[in-house]
Amino acid sequence: MITIISIKPLIAILVSLLVIPILASSRKPNVREAWTFAAALIKFGIIASMVPAVLAGHTLELTIVPFFEGIDFKLRVDAFGLLFALVSSFLWIVTSAYSIGYMRGLDEHSQTRYFCFFAAALSATVGVAFSANLLTMYIFYEILSLSTYPLVTHHQDPEARSSGRKYLLYIMGGSIGLVLPAMVAVYLMTGTLDFASGGIFSGGLAFAQALPLLLMFVFGFSKAAVMPMHAWLPAAMVAPTPVSALLHAVAVVKVGVFCVFRVITGLFGPDLLQALDFGTLLCVIAAITILVSSLIALSQDNLKRRLAFSTIGQLSYIVLGAALLSKSGMTGGMLHIAMHAFGKITLFFCAGAIVVATGIKNISEMVGIGKQMPLTMAAFFIGSLSVIGLPPCGGFISKWHLAIGTIEAEQFTMLAVLLISSLLNAAYFLPIVYRAFFCTEAESMFENQFKEAPGWCLAPLLATAVISVLLFFYPQPFLTLSQLAVSRILGG
Amino acid sequence: MSAQFPALIIIVPLLAALFVNIAGWIRRSLCFPTALAALVVSFLSAVGLMGRVMADGDVIYRMAGWDPPWGIALHIDHLNGIILILISLVAILNLIAHRTSAASQFTNRLGAFYALYLLFVTGLMGIVITGDTFNLYVLLEISSLSGYALLGMGGGRATLSSLHYLFLGTIGASFYLLGIGYLYIVTGSLNMVDIAGILPALENVAPVKVSFILCLVGLFIKMALFPLHTWLPNAYSHAPNPAASLIAPLTTKVMIYIMIRLILTVYQPDFAFIQMEIAEFIQWLAVIAIIAGSILAYKQNRLKRMLSYIIVVEVGYMVGGFWLGNAAGMTGAVLHVLNDAMMTLCVFLAAGAVMSRVQFDEFKHLQGLFGKMPYTMIAFVVGALSIIGVPPTCGFFSKWYLISGGINAGHYAFVAALIISSLVNVLLFFRVIEISYFEPFANHHHSHNHHAESLFQEASLDMLVPLLVTAGLLIAMGIYAHILVTQFIEPAVLPSLMGSL
Amino acid sequence: MPDLLSLFLAKYNYWVVIFLMMIGLYAMMAKNNLVKKIIGMNIFQTAVILFYVSIATKHDASIPIIGHGHNGHHAIHAADYMNPLPHVLMLTAIVVSVATLGVALALAVKAYQQHDTLEEDEIIEQLKTDYLSQQ
Repeated sequence: MITIISIKPLIAILVSLLVIPILASSRKPNVREAWTFAAALIKFGIIASMVPAVLAGHTLELTIVPFFEGIDFKLRVDAFGLLFALVSSFLWIVTSAYSIGYMRGLDEHSQTRYFCFFAAALSATVGVAFSANLLTMYIFYEILSLSTYPLVTHHQDPEARSSGRKYLLYIMGGSIGLVLPAMVAVYLMTGTLDFASGGIFSGGLAFAQALPLLLMFVFGFSKAAVMPMHAWLPAAMVAPTPVSALLHAVAVVKVGVFCVFRVITGLFGPDLLQALDFGTLLCVIAAITILVSSLIALSQDNLKRRLAFSTIGQLSYIVLGAALLSKSGMTGGMLHIAMHAFGKITLFFCAGAIVVATGIKNISEMVGIGKQMPLTMAAFFIGSLSVIGLPPCGGFISKWHLAIGTIEAEQFTMLAVLLISSLLNAAYFLPIVYRAFFCTEAESMFENQFKEAPGWCLAPLLATAVISVLLFFYPQPFLTLSQLAVSRILGG
Repeated sequence: MSAQFPALIIIVPLLAALFVNIAGWIRRSLCFPTALAALVVSFLSAVGLMGRVMADGDVIYRMAGWDPPWGIALHIDHLNGIILILISLVAILNLIAHRTSAASQFTNRLGAFYALYLLFVTGLMGIVITGDTFNLYVLLEISSLSGYALLGMGGGRATLSSLHYLFLGTIGASFYLLGIGYLYIVTGSLNMVDIAGILPALENVAPVKVSFILCLVGLFIKMALFPLHTWLPNAYSHAPNPAASLIAPLTTKVMIYIMIRLILTVYQPDFAFIQMEIAEFIQWLAVIAIIAGSILAYKQNRLKRMLSYIIVVEVGYMVGGFWLGNAAGMTGAVLHVLNDAMMTLCVFLAAGAVMSRVQFDEFKHLQGLFGKMPYTMIAFVVGALSIIGVPPTCGFFSKWYLISGGINAGHYAFVAALIISSLVNVLLFFRVIEISYFEPFANHHHSHNHHAESLFQEASLDMLVPLLVTAGLLIAMGIYAHILVTQFIEPAVLPSLMGSL
Repeated sequence: MPDLLSLFLAKYNYWVVIFLMMIGLYAMMAKNNLVKKIIGMNIFQTAVILFYVSIATKHDASIPIIGHGHNGHHAIHAADYMNPLPHVLMLTAIVVSVATLGVALALAVKAYQQHDTLEEDEIIEQLKTDYLSQQ
């Protein structure tokens, strides 16, 4: 295992940042969109080019400037970070295509600003993925919060304003109020913030110090939407759907759980948490979120809100995976980042496609929509299968690993939680599909004619749906990357 | 030539003030270039001087060749070297930014304005560079008087506000004078280093303690530490913009420098922190200052007034951080002096730019500014983020040190106050950002690019460029904070701390 | 009682200084007229000046001027002359005080031109009505 000094992680981050001035000054929309695609493809290309090295067991590093004694502005590409970066950058390509269809289909305003801040948000996301220490990660986390604010409040109406407030309150409140003091405290205790495979508290940590710190991190990274720091997510659904899709189903919230995962595995370390029996505590916190959010999801009529609560639950699956502190549990958690991303983004794309094609947002008004939009609803079906965790979709693989993980960790209650929540997932997804396709002529609210969403919307959602299925049969490179990462974490 | 840098730093702006005033009578367009040239000479001298300090150690310049303690010595070390650069830089940026607005606001008195401007900067530079306590008083009054005059140059409420500032400021300066008087009685010297040598051996400590308290209270009045801050909001918010954005970033910070200088060099940390036994009281005072300032800032509905109260909060940070008495706290306080000067300059310049287009600064007049003045607002957002403490802007790094200092000292109330005020700052600034971003509520759903074009009404270029440079510096100072700390601040602070405690 | 009196007499200069300072402070705070406040400020500053000058004296010392030039060959007994340094410092301080007075009076004149009165409460009233009418 060698450490390669490479400028690639920095370039991967900067690509989307540097394209912003070009985007901002583009006069023609097509030129602007072309540049977005170019940046997305280059970004994905650079990230993909790092896969062979990481799969061979190496890590790529780059130190930029020192910040404090013992903490540098440092980037590191390891298996876990690469997995996350791959998912985000690939889905940016897809979402850019979708954005074209959606934004033009609804003739949205300020599209240039939208694409610019989107690019910035992706820079920050990849930055989080490639952070070598907590401070670098914190910096990119904050940049992400700020660059997504204009995206969330895109519509600039009073509703967007109050959602924006909630967004800021939870996210900046968490990061400034909880993470910052905890981070400084950890630095003062250990003199470093670099993530290390055994955790950085080489001298062990007292219960009284570890507990508040751990809780401050878990709840402070509010993007992970661990209850009760979850309320911003349903509120953020006022954003345009591609924003909701990428940011809230893939990038923003995944950044949150990624940070929590990193803190658990790289800062505290499984051994320390095991010794203090915090694994069980974290499992309980995650379980509460999983169950409560699934129950709330059942009661939501607005499709995007239902998907938001579903996301909150799924995110805590990932936290649960980390909390199990077992090999399969962590593998499952990491894998779920990828699987859930593809599944959820399909679902959000479908929701948006429905809005563009019919203007409908509520589930109760979607009876019989399968007649009009069979492709969209078929993709929706596949996406839900993946999120529920049924074969032949990728979500099954990650949930399987999670289940094995609960047995390995002897947390059998968590196994029950997993099963119950899968049932709940089915309960709030499958009826939508059923009502869409199987209803009588009288009940159907739509005419029996094919009138799908525009091509720019349809192609991406079909693509992600197909990939969700493909991932079941061939979950690479995500599976190998997560296994590699976990072996590094547990192997020490 | 380089040996004369210390003198040049003060004399050039001083003489230029005289010439600018005359130039104002002859031809008005001469004023700006003269002033700018003088300040640039000062800036370059300051940079050169800092280079000498870093290469050879402390620079001591004997005025007129007389050795201290009979003569006045200018003593430059790492601490005041960097602050000299800061003052001249802020003065230059502000001068350029307000070229047109000064010309339009003070047409008949332009010479006077620039003369006062240069005198003010001279005073501040002198305060920072001198090694003599009485010389400091004189220069303190030079800068204060120019400040009162500058602040009173606007009409309306500025006159009375400036007069109030004058009264309180004079009381403060007189207390300082009284304090160094007591010090003179017991030591017989006015030279800072000389006094520091004499003080530890003294038997009769009572006059020294009294002098310390008097100097401290005088400085607290001048730096607007709560509850002695009452002059600041009125003075700064009613002042004309060219004056306010010069004075606001600099005055309070330089006063804090005086406090740091007195404690580190003259009285020594051992005396100040341990023998005087007031450290804890001042720490708590700072906590109250932070909380009270934040609450008062929240109640404002005018931009400049809100920013003025934020200055009160920042003073609380610096005083509290310094009086924690540990390395991290002091480093944080000094770093915050540098950072806060820049951040305050950034937001005040932005406010000035806004007011050059929108006559008033009440919040309700700030609607739709992101559309009208995007570049100004971007700079304002960067300044706001720095004040809130979001990395990678510089404000985050000084806050880090302050929090570290608080945790190290076990003073968790201070840490809590820092965090709470950061969160309150989020509220304060996003209130403004919301109004300028969201309102006026219109039907935004359909693209209206044509509308955006007609809306664009950015500030003039000579205001925009310094503003953007300042915003850029905030980020640069953040990313390179480590260099600032290790190269400049730690050599300044740590030796005094280690040697004494 | 005699101890108190002797204490007072021994340090009477400090007591005078304090007395003047308090008068000055009182005037600044309690008086309504701007000029009276300014006078109070001047008294306050004068008190400090007096303080410095008073500490320069010595027993049986004469003023610090050397009467006949001796080309510097004669030794001067410092104890025969008052300490000139505080006097010199206070010359500067007096200049500062006068400058402050000037600025303060200039501001007061401006206030008078704007409001036609030098009474602070009337000025504040006028400012309040101006502000409210602006809303």
